[in-house]
Amino acid sequence: MNTRAASESRTGPSVLRHGWLRHWALLPAIIVLAVVFVVPVVQLLWLSAVDGQGNLSLAHYTRLFETPLYLRVLGSTFRIAAWTTLVCLLVGYPVAYLLATADMRFRSKLLIWVMMPFWTSVLVRSFAWMVILGRRGMLNQWLQSLGITDAPLELMYNFASVVVGMSHALMPLAVLTMLAVMQNIDGNLGRAAGTLGARGAHVFWRIYFPLSLPGVAAAGLLTFISALGFFITPTLLGSPREAMIAQIIVVQIDEMLNWGFAGAVALLLLVASIAVFYLFDRVLGMSALTGEARSGGDGKRSGLLSRAGAWFGRYSVAAMGWICAWIGAGIDRLTGRARHDRPRPTRRWAIWTVGLLAIFFLAAPSFFLVPISFSGSNFFEWPPKGFSLQWYETYLSSPVWQQATIRSVLVGLCTAVVSLVIGVPAAFVLARHQVRGKSGVMAFMLMPMVMPHIIVALALFYAFSKVGLVGTSVGLVLGHTVFALPYVIVTVMAVLRNYDTRLDQAAYTLGADKLTAFRRVTLPIIKTGVVTAFIFAFVKSFDELTVALFISGGSSTTLPRQMWADALMNVSPTLAAVSSVILLFVTLVILLTEYLNKKGARG
Amino acid sequence: MGMAPKLNVDRVRKSYGPVHALRETSLTVPAGEFLTLLGPSGSGKTTLLMILAGLGLPDGGDVWIDGKRATYAPVHERDIGMVFQNYALFPHLSVFENIAFPLRMRRMPEAEIARKVTRILEIVRLPQTAQRLPRELSGGQQQRIALARCAVYEPSIILMDEPLGALDKKLRDHMQLEIKRLHLELGTTILYVTHDQEEAMTMSDRICLMNDGGIEQLGTPADLYFRPRTAFAADFLGGSNIFDAELLACGASSAELRGPAGMSVLSDAVPDGLRAAQPASFMVRPEHVRLLDDGELADNRVDATLARSIMVGAVTRHYLHLDDGSELTAVELTAGPQRKQQAGDRVRLGWSRARTVVLAGNRRAA
Repeated sequence: MNTRAASESRTGPSVLRHGWLRHWALLPAIIVLAVVFVVPVVQLLWLSAVDGQGNLSLAHYTRLFETPLYLRVLGSTFRIAAWTTLVCLLVGYPVAYLLATADMRFRSKLLIWVMMPFWTSVLVRSFAWMVILGRRGMLNQWLQSLGITDAPLELMYNFASVVVGMSHALMPLAVLTMLAVMQNIDGNLGRAAGTLGARGAHVFWRIYFPLSLPGVAAAGLLTFISALGFFITPTLLGSPREAMIAQIIVVQIDEMLNWGFAGAVALLLLVASIAVFYLFDRVLGMSALTGEARSGGDGKRSGLLSRAGAWFGRYSVAAMGWICAWIGAGIDRLTGRARHDRPRPTRRWAIWTVGLLAIFFLAAPSFFLVPISFSGSNFFEWPPKGFSLQWYETYLSSPVWQQATIRSVLVGLCTAVVSLVIGVPAAFVLARHQVRGKSGVMAFMLMPMVMPHIIVALALFYAFSKVGLVGTSVGLVLGHTVFALPYVIVTVMAVLRNYDTRLDQAAYTLGADKLTAFRRVTLPIIKTGVVTAFIFAFVKSFDELTVALFISGGSSTTLPRQMWADALMNVSPTLAAVSSVILLFVTLVILLTEYLNKKGARG
Repeated sequence: MGMAPKLNVDRVRKSYGPVHALRETSLTVPAGEFLTLLGPSGSGKTTLLMILAGLGLPDGGDVWIDGKRATYAPVHERDIGMVFQNYALFPHLSVFENIAFPLRMRRMPEAEIARKVTRILEIVRLPQTAQRLPRELSGGQQQRIALARCAVYEPSIILMDEPLGALDKKLRDHMQLEIKRLHLELGTTILYVTHDQEEAMTMSDRICLMNDGGIEQLGTPADLYFRPRTAFAADFLGGSNIFDAELLACGASSAELRGPAGMSVLSDAVPDGLRAAQPASFMVRPEHVRLLDDGELADNRVDATLARSIMVGAVTRHYLHLDDGSELTAVELTAGPQRKQQAGDRVRLGWSRARTVVLAGNRRAA
């Protein structure tokens, strides 16, 4: 017993002589998620399987599967999600590669631009695409002034505009996921391959690419699942032909308040997401190809499918290696670079061109809203006609907009505080202690990240309507906390993983008690991580529309909710003005974070 | 025209902004030699290695491999092998595929690849690991696979960048002998980078001691140990007592100096070009300094006070003060549990003129 206690206080901060003390810090997070996330979702799914009298019934499902419209929507949902994922991966990969291989100085600068759309709401970004793709939009204006077309083209309200808008919305997520894996690829591996006789093409295809695949797989999965639950972009940029499942849910609730049927559609969406997870894990055999053995041992190459996948993967990267190497050698011969009598610059212009174009695609559109906001015209029109501040006046003088803004800020701040209070202790436990079933607890905590938001929003709407929380700020804060919590936990855990607990032990030996050590040693070191988590949580809530759509309303409207309502009625430059204000605000917040990070890194 | 040396480094230099990572450096390595680049971190040894590998371009000068100019040849066309400190084994490929990689890059037929990989795995004594992934091996095994991957295509030169840095002491000693054995067995030219002087002494035919971006001294381990030419060389390899001195007279094979506390010192050799009255110093290794018995004679003698003695197993170290306050260390084989002298005792020290090395320059001048 004594030796165990001793070894415990050696391995971790030693609050923990009493076993139960180790786990209580997890409890608030678990309880909040159970009450505000799991129970409502289960309740919603249950509703879908009973009829009006509370007896088990498959009526909702029969209706769902017997109506061709819904099956068609399901099909188009998958098609849109698949194309979006493809675009995100194909365009996002060069960006992630550029970021992973660029100098440190460049990387942090480029990263700000990649993060920019990540921080600005999907709503604002969809408006930006309206400015660019609309009938009187920028693109049509250019095409006509260049004489390429006579009449404006219908660039919006079709499949392509939905995929472009959604790719724009989801690409930062894909880039960051891939970047996380790429940054862990040892630079010496490429150098080693070079000394072993591999041209750049072989180094990339045979070494770098296979090692980056887990990132690509994770990015693809996250993108696809997030795309399945989208409804903002398809509603604003698509036509009824591009309707997605989540839109059906919104319509069912908004217009008919049909809980059971909406629940059935939600279950369909959930099952689709889980099926994608499963297929991804089983069929693609990525794990064998990348050497990420699933559970060690020789079992990893047992599945026929995954063995075939590994074989296919190995031969295709080898083939790509040779093809690109031949092309490279050919270019060298043509340009005279095959002679080695002078220094040759490394060939990175191609990746820079592609990467910077993609980053431009990510960062630029939102800024087109700014000139529109000063327009004298009543439409999203490019180029903006005249100059006026009337839209800002409309925004600032309208009590509706004022209240919505204040409410969003307050709800955002409360969400951030609540998420930190619940999330930071949980992150400490998960990062530092051997908790039994840790991966299960982690998966539970992160579930709201991958669960389509619309399902959670719907479930909360139902649950809150029973306890009178609909239309209240408390309800909103609770709902937003569910989504903000995983981000807080992940961010704080990332900081704690790099934190050397021996610093705490050193503080104890130097005479500090636990509280003092936490205040004077731990907190200053992890401060930037906690601040980042706070800002993350705030922005998540500030931008959030899905939960707000159901739970806020009437006098308790949030800013995104008000923008959404406005956009459905009449797209006026007021939206551009509001978006510009949000852009400015979010940019300031990012710069502040960046500044704090720099300061933190220095001192 | 005789055979070209394996490797010829001709006035190569490299700077990063105002920092001279490598001053103008020239170096010739004959085929089959085991040459170690030894030096503290920042001495330019890794910079030089990277330029030889083609992983960094020099600002000036040329690199010749087998008489062919290779200064700007891309890394994959140089036919060199390189072993990295962290092994750089490809984590997604099996041991077999790792070793087969350079052969595949050379478009070797499948049967020959299998034959060569099997043979090299036997040479490094790990034939049973072919189908495993690198991370399933221990550190020492990974190191041997990295060597095998490098040796399998018989590159004309193998570069090693602190390959044993990540291993513990015991394994390191073992691997030093292993690398030495591979060197003899394969007859390859090896350039080895380390900051560990003992490792350099154990393995090298010649040591190239580097300091501050340039070559400090180049020679066999015995050369560097017994005939260091600078205070840095004397200090970096083994223990040393270095004293500022005045060169009173010097001939072809003898020199007379006046050292601290007025001691008169004789030596057999003087560095080329050093004249009387120029700044000089002399060095004697601790193990060459003896505590003299009464009446015992020695070429060079000085009185000192014993500050303390520490028995570290096979040897005992004596820390002494000369009368002017300068310090001196002497190392003797441990004779037994009892010691003759106690701290505070006056002792007479002596050493032979043959083991007294005169160095150009002294601390006062520097």
